[in-house]
Amino acid sequence: MSEDLTRLTVTEASARLARREISAVELLQAHLERIRQVEPQIHAFITLTEEVALAQAQEADRRIARGDVAPLTGIPIALKDVLCTVDAPTTAGSRILEGFRSPYDATVVRKLREQGAVFVGKANTDEFAMGSSTENSAYGPTRNPWDLERVPGGSSGGSAAAVAAGEAMVSLGSDTGGSIRQPAGFCGVVGLKPTYGRVSRYGLVAFASSLDQIGPFGRTVEDVAIVLQAISGHDPCDSTSVDVPVPDYQTSLTGDIRGIRIGIAAEYQVPGMDPEVERVVDEAVAELQRLGAEIVPVSLPHTKYALATYYIIAPSEASANLARYDGVKYGLSLQGETLLESYLQTRGRGFGPEVKRRIMLGTYALSAGYYDAYYVKAQKVRTLIKRDFDEAFEKVDVILAPTSPTVAFRLGERTADPIQMYLSDVFTIPANMAGLPGIAVPCGFAHGLPVSMQFMGRPFDEGTLLRVAHAYEQATPWHRAVPPLIEAVTRRAPSGGTE
Amino acid sequence: MRLSREVVDHVAMLARLGLTEEERERMREQLSSILEHVNLIQELDTEAIPPTAQVITLQNVWREDEVRPSLPVEDALKNAPDAEDNMFKVNAVLEQS
Repeated sequence: MSEDLTRLTVTEASARLARREISAVELLQAHLERIRQVEPQIHAFITLTEEVALAQAQEADRRIARGDVAPLTGIPIALKDVLCTVDAPTTAGSRILEGFRSPYDATVVRKLREQGAVFVGKANTDEFAMGSSTENSAYGPTRNPWDLERVPGGSSGGSAAAVAAGEAMVSLGSDTGGSIRQPAGFCGVVGLKPTYGRVSRYGLVAFASSLDQIGPFGRTVEDVAIVLQAISGHDPCDSTSVDVPVPDYQTSLTGDIRGIRIGIAAEYQVPGMDPEVERVVDEAVAELQRLGAEIVPVSLPHTKYALATYYIIAPSEASANLARYDGVKYGLSLQGETLLESYLQTRGRGFGPEVKRRIMLGTYALSAGYYDAYYVKAQKVRTLIKRDFDEAFEKVDVILAPTSPTVAFRLGERTADPIQMYLSDVFTIPANMAGLPGIAVPCGFAHGLPVSMQFMGRPFDEGTLLRVAHAYEQATPWHRAVPPLIEAVTRRAPSGGTE
Repeated sequence: MRLSREVVDHVAMLARLGLTEEERERMREQLSSILEHVNLIQELDTEAIPPTAQVITLQNVWREDEVRPSLPVEDALKNAPDAEDNMFKVNAVLEQS
């Protein structure tokens, strides 16, 4: 009678919770058991919140007993540790926020709470979401459930790994240059970066404010759609969240993509692209054609400038945002002889190497004498990148690209060379520069590791992205693949049953 | 091109980052190589191109100027390393005359 409840999708779990076939506490226990089994190896979490989760699960069961069921009532969720929560520490993966307890919830957290979701923990992240491997976390790296010698991607590596390993059913991450889509790809799960402005950023620890966006991870497109539905919408606390209607995303999941025009840009063939990854993505394109989609060549001529533009704009915004960590209001505080000395010591000790590098780069790009040559110039190139997309979307409904040029790389492989690390985001950065939504979907395997493709869409057209990704997913087996490590622990000690 | 030590020192001071000797030297190397990479954009002619600061073409967002509940002072101060009389406390900034 032992069934692995961590394999259920949100849709399945929700239906069974509503019918009282399983309880929210049982569902949580199955996930806590998985966490006990694999967390010592994977380290997807900075903080586990078992007690909070248990209280929430009990409350969810009471709510269900009253017949008051929202789509995420009783669903175990991991939150990237850049999202402020009142009942757990928020570290942003940094020593400078060690011990910080937010006095308020992020809007997305409040919305999930209102639905009766269950928070299993705060997921690991590169420090201040700056990185592509989760190796920049001050709390130690996360490992990829598919291969413990490899990174889960980043910066939302904990959120992706937790879902891939069944430690949480769905999760939230944030994406500034690919930090949801790239780790989703490396861990073989679905990840969606919404349009800039679709989801409130209130209570998200800020990295680059014109690029940051919060979004969901799940094992299926439908699960991602359910979480997106829950977190979307205008919020008076974030004046960059846009007051436009949020459609019912479930109605987008028709399974029918006949006549959909999918753009493919020649510019997305870059040096350093793994030929195996390219082959797998080509097969996915063929499958989409079999499903009735039309493949249309498009041109995005400024693609090769996106990475350079990003590495001026993002650090510039970060250098301003991170000025708030001064040891006066919260977090680490080292006392010097003078206020200036206190600043220098607190920030010098509190920030890790990558964060310091980006603060230095951004401060340089914004400083007198360089501002026009770097920052303003980059903003102008950003205009060109956005125009490329505007023109392409006159001809097509979505644009397809690999999510990353390679599969998950080994721990330590790219830490010595910042540029090599930055290159893993070459396909994901353009969507952030243009503010567009993007979804990463598993599309096969290369070298025994997950490969992912990405669809980018028009602003606020997440519905079409979900529709295309869902139709592909339903026609292929990839979303049912389980990491061998997880297969092994499931065989050894089935969760959800008695031991 | 390698950034001069003076530039690194100046930028570190602007950013209020206390860096060790070793970090300053490493910063010269790494920032130089990143700048070399990002200099790629200099080849584009952007004379006639307006800059993009934000992508959703939002205009000013207004609301009524009404008094509403806000974060209680004790909540705002609860993470403070040092506080006194509803204020964050820091070292003296101005010399006493």
